Amino acid sequence: MRNWTTKPAGWLLTAAVLLATAGCEWPPQETEQVGYRGVAMELVTSPETIAGNAELHEVPAPQPPATTDGPKAGDVYQNVQVLGDLSVGEFTRLMLAITEWVSPEQGCNYCHVGENFADDSPYTKRVSRNMLKMNLDINGNWQDHVKQTGVTCYTCHRGKNVPGEIWFENPPRESAGGFTADNGYQNMAGMESVAYSSLPGDPFETFLDGYEQVRVIGESALPRKNDVGASIQATEYTYGLMMHMSTSLGVNCTYCHNSRAFSVWEQSTPMRLNSWYGVTMVRELNNEWLEPLQPVYPEKRLGPTGDAPKANCATCHRGVNKPLNGQSMLPDYPNLTP
Amino acid sequence: MAQYQNIFTQVQVNMPPEPGVALPPGSWPRIGSPRLQYWFGKIGDAQVGPVYLGWLGLSSLICGFIAIEIIGLNMWASVNWDPIQFVRQLPWLALEPPSPEYGLSLPPLAEGGWWLMAGFFLTASIGLWWLRMYRRARALGMGTHVAWAFAAAIWLYLVLGFIRPVLMGNWGEAVPFGIFPHLDWTAAFSIRYGNLFYNPFHMLSIVFLYGATLLFAMHGATVLATGRYGGDREVEQIVDRGTASERMGLFWRWTMGFNANIESIHRWAWWFAVLCPLTGGIGILLTGTVVDNWYLWGVKHGIAPAYPLVFPEVPQDPGMLPGGPQ
Repeated sequence: MRNWTTKPAGWLLTAAVLLATAGCEWPPQETEQVGYRGVAMELVTSPETIAGNAELHEVPAPQPPATTDGPKAGDVYQNVQVLGDLSVGEFTRLMLAITEWVSPEQGCNYCHVGENFADDSPYTKRVSRNMLKMNLDINGNWQDHVKQTGVTCYTCHRGKNVPGEIWFENPPRESAGGFTADNGYQNMAGMESVAYSSLPGDPFETFLDGYEQVRVIGESALPRKNDVGASIQATEYTYGLMMHMSTSLGVNCTYCHNSRAFSVWEQSTPMRLNSWYGVTMVRELNNEWLEPLQPVYPEKRLGPTGDAPKANCATCHRGVNKPLNGQSMLPDYPNLTP
Repeated sequence: MAQYQNIFTQVQVNMPPEPGVALPPGSWPRIGSPRLQYWFGKIGDAQVGPVYLGWLGLSSLICGFIAIEIIGLNMWASVNWDPIQFVRQLPWLALEPPSPEYGLSLPPLAEGGWWLMAGFFLTASIGLWWLRMYRRARALGMGTHVAWAFAAAIWLYLVLGFIRPVLMGNWGEAVPFGIFPHLDWTAAFSIRYGNLFYNPFHMLSIVFLYGATLLFAMHGATVLATGRYGGDREVEQIVDRGTASERMGLFWRWTMGFNANIESIHRWAWWFAVLCPLTGGIGILLTGTVVDNWYLWGVKHGIAPAYPLVFPEVPQDPGMLPGGPQ
């Protein structure tokens, strides 16, 4: 019998369709209306992607509770610079939790010298002390972004020494150079940072480490005198950052924006405000906490240009709009709130 | 016995190739001996060639070749002359215009100079090709409608890549050469200027774009549907209206009360097609030069409705908070 399956053209067509759609999520997708009817403000989610992500966002079982009575850790142990006012029981409980969150395989010795826990020589110990301070800073000063849910070491680390989603400065692109056109990190394939588009692939250096203006859209109907506003190139950079936010959170544009008027705050969802504080927070975390650790790290932890590992939206979010699917670990670890 | 089916061309006329009319004095000879190509006959006329090249065609091809070489070699250089990466990454690669800082000055080659040069040669190539279309139509004693339709597309091209950047005062406003990059540019352009959907000339352009496809479908379908009565012999039907034209007109009067006639339908099609880039070009020209945010412009002029707020809290610009960063 001769039908399409016996013809080479049919097979070629099938192969072409499979190839062209290889990067797509399988249906079905679910759509939820969030805005006023008719304005197409919808959240599109893929149940398959969410199910595949679920394990990553499970919260580990809390450590057994410890007594708050008894002597303070700072009085009993030497060289306790952070959280010294916890009871010895609470302090030890938190240390056990951190081991489970960050170095479940190496145990205490990942950060501590076996005979002398007070020894500051392991770089990991000095880094984790700063990370504890950063954690307290986030939960104390950045509730505009993390709300009452807060963060713990686990929000980023997820049982790994180094969080799964970090970024480094890009080394110069491998191009012919000389007098040939210089594209920087724009117009290249495989840039996960901008959702595989051809947009400038280094939005983190620009916006999350640098303080470049994210806003690019004209603020008045007519052009203003002596103010040309943002260029198209600057707009492409912002667009790239938005692609990163979208993929990191597993959401589409209308999670935050009314796409008829991206810049208008009054028509945006409350999530845009949260996201604005997120960008502001990540900038500060990178500049105040993560980059100053550069001299502390051994070479293997540094990037190709020798810079310290840094955070972006994906570092905590890992593909969902609320890290750990919105479960707060702070009720079990209230000591991580200042 | 061949069957007459008019969705796909099933019947081919097999006869000695038609050499064409004599050319006026001073013309170049036509190139290539004409022959019949079966597969071309499946979708159109089976005869291929001869081609009239002429000095306009030749110089247009040379300029076009130079432009594509500049674009292609710069793309290849951006992947460090790796042929595999060139093929793999081709849809992403681009030749970008200069940064806005350079204004309208001549930038170094690596910073957009190549873009200017490619743009010059591509424009020269297109301009020469336009002249060629005009001259070939004249040589055959035809009207120059094709050339003027092409000119409408050239208008949009020039607005995007030349006229508007000059009015804005920098080449950085122009479009990059590249497959995905020019699409990203288009999206970024609309975002930067507050949503082109509120630009009335963009609206008109879309009307003519979709209108042209609708008219093309209606006309093509009408002619095919009357093929058995000779409806495809449109020119004969114009001067000597036969049963095919009568049925065509009757059909549309029955279904929608009005019909174009077999001549005027082509004027409809031509104007819809030509007005698409003409109005689009006007819309682009006004963007950034006289309107900075089309959405806010739409609000000002009452074409952008307000919708009820549905969220429990209405976010306010945090950048307006005291000391708030942007």
